[in-house]
Amino acid sequence: MKHFHRHTSRLTAGIALFSSLLGTAAQAAPAANTLLNVSYDPTRELYQAENAAFAGYWKQKTGQTVTINQSHGGSGKQARAVIDGLEADVVTLALAYDIDAIADSKLLATNWQQRLPQNSTPYTSTIVFVVRKGNPKGIRNWDDLVKPGIGVITPNPKTSGGARWNYLAAWGYKQKQTGSAEQAKAFVKAIFKNVPVLDTGARGSTLTFTQRGLGDVLIAWENEAHLILNEFGADKFEIVAPPVSILAEPPVAIVDRNVDKHGTRKLAEAYLNFLYTPQAQEIIAKNSYRPRSAAAAKKYASQFPNIKLFTVKDLFGTWRQAQKTHFSDGGTFDQIYTP
Amino acid sequence: MQTNTTLQEQRKAPLKRNDPPAVQAILILLTLLFFAIFIFMPLGLVFAEGLRKGVAVYLEAIREPFALSAVKLTLITAAIVVPLNAVFGVTAAWAISKFSFKGKTLLVSLLDLPFAVSPVIAGLIFVLLLGTRTGFGSWLGDHGIKIIFSTPGIVIATLFVTFPFVARELIPLMEAQGREEEEAAITLGARGWQVFSRITLPNIRWGLMYGMILCMARSIGEFGAVSVVSGHIRGMTNTIPLHVEILYSEYNYTASFAVSTILVFLALVTIAIKSLMEKNVHNHQPTQH
Repeated sequence: MKHFHRHTSRLTAGIALFSSLLGTAAQAAPAANTLLNVSYDPTRELYQAENAAFAGYWKQKTGQTVTINQSHGGSGKQARAVIDGLEADVVTLALAYDIDAIADSKLLATNWQQRLPQNSTPYTSTIVFVVRKGNPKGIRNWDDLVKPGIGVITPNPKTSGGARWNYLAAWGYKQKQTGSAEQAKAFVKAIFKNVPVLDTGARGSTLTFTQRGLGDVLIAWENEAHLILNEFGADKFEIVAPPVSILAEPPVAIVDRNVDKHGTRKLAEAYLNFLYTPQAQEIIAKNSYRPRSAAAAKKYASQFPNIKLFTVKDLFGTWRQAQKTHFSDGGTFDQIYTP
Repeated sequence: MQTNTTLQEQRKAPLKRNDPPAVQAILILLTLLFFAIFIFMPLGLVFAEGLRKGVAVYLEAIREPFALSAVKLTLITAAIVVPLNAVFGVTAAWAISKFSFKGKTLLVSLLDLPFAVSPVIAGLIFVLLLGTRTGFGSWLGDHGIKIIFSTPGIVIATLFVTFPFVARELIPLMEAQGREEEEAAITLGARGWQVFSRITLPNIRWGLMYGMILCMARSIGEFGAVSVVSGHIRGMTNTIPLHVEILYSEYNYTASFAVSTILVFLALVTIAIKSLMEKNVHNHQPTQH
């Protein structure tokens, strides 16, 4: 009995300690100089660098200290979270449709893509292949992906933005070559026959390919491919640039409803505009994304192989149309993919 | 081992004696082998990987602000969840074991729902319930109350997945003890609260503590449900398990294992408390059980 009372008094002391801890946590509410950037999977390293640069720039310009919080995940999943109430001030996602989806739930204006230069895409990228060192399976072009016995790693187009670019790149390659959407569909179906596992995000697929050692070729963002070589060494993997691929345009936008609620519109606008400045464009190029500014593009030209790039607009119309035809329920992906 | 055999010798002739020594040896060897493969090796690996780049890198990884905030959030969550579930568990166990009412069997079955349901679904339930797509959720949002994708959401999801622990631990205990002692106390003039604090609580204290420890262990380690409601904002809504996953997918293996060792430490502390308690039970209640 006495023993037990001693325990309970310790317990109450513990609870008191924790509730004081809690008090300090409750004060950390979002202030007007804090932004939340909800982004897609492979941009972790890019925004880590951009955020530090912007914080310095903003401090110099206004004297204010700014904190930018990051959240990363599959592009579609992140859009879903913002729609469900994740209070992003800015979204920097893999493709326009995911921001359209957020606009459809009235969180930002539907003309968001006209609000910033170059369709609100401060950088571009493309889709390339990563193979194991020496390219033992001799993969050079999209046609090599459908050969029997080739393991292809790509994430799930339902949840991952990168995977949707991969899908459209393969489809577009065949459609441009043959002029037939039917043949393109059969081609993509043949590729997915060779896919042993679909991860939810690009980073998950990278880990499947590099850490778990599955597959012979990873279809990946160009920036992610460079990151793999940096992290694991060029002695383990190599990049294969196909002759034709897609011009990936990952857009950025302010989430109107959330910035108005937080009082962060000005800061959010400054942050996104900063991405177009020479300083930010340099960081973009250094992280292996293709910069928009001609100066940075010229300076880092040797880093980016010459690939013939087609756009979504060339072959698929708007992203909304592409999404509806290929990735919505009952779209071509549902028709061709049987696990 | 020694004390066990002497104890057994005092009682009846132990069955174990009939086992040939070879069988004994094989059983012991198998147990040790299992422990080595499934417990010691992974544990050692976590520490080895965490320390691979030296103590300095290890310390930096666990002192880094994002790691510290993950530890803080995890402890805050456990500190809210465990007491709440203790109160709920005692209430539920009391109601179920001491009273008879309609729908009791159904209630007991439903108590296991959080164990039966996948944690991811548990998380999604709360996103659907409290997210901005429902009237209630958007009302909360308009009034500046953030639940999903912030600390309260994480606490609620953890509460849900851990609430059966205490009640499950207490119901059989309280049922076995019956209500004679309480009834005697009431006839002697004790009031409700007196009965609870003098009779019931001391009787169930070890079961309660044990349930709370299980609850604590799970709330520290919960991944699935928390992952769904977290929003993954670094430094704000990442618990230790989520932070470990993030570090891992950023190719930061050393840091990810270093932070994992915090989880291992917390687990070891939990186990230590548990075995201390078990010792206490044997010392203080030799006649019971």
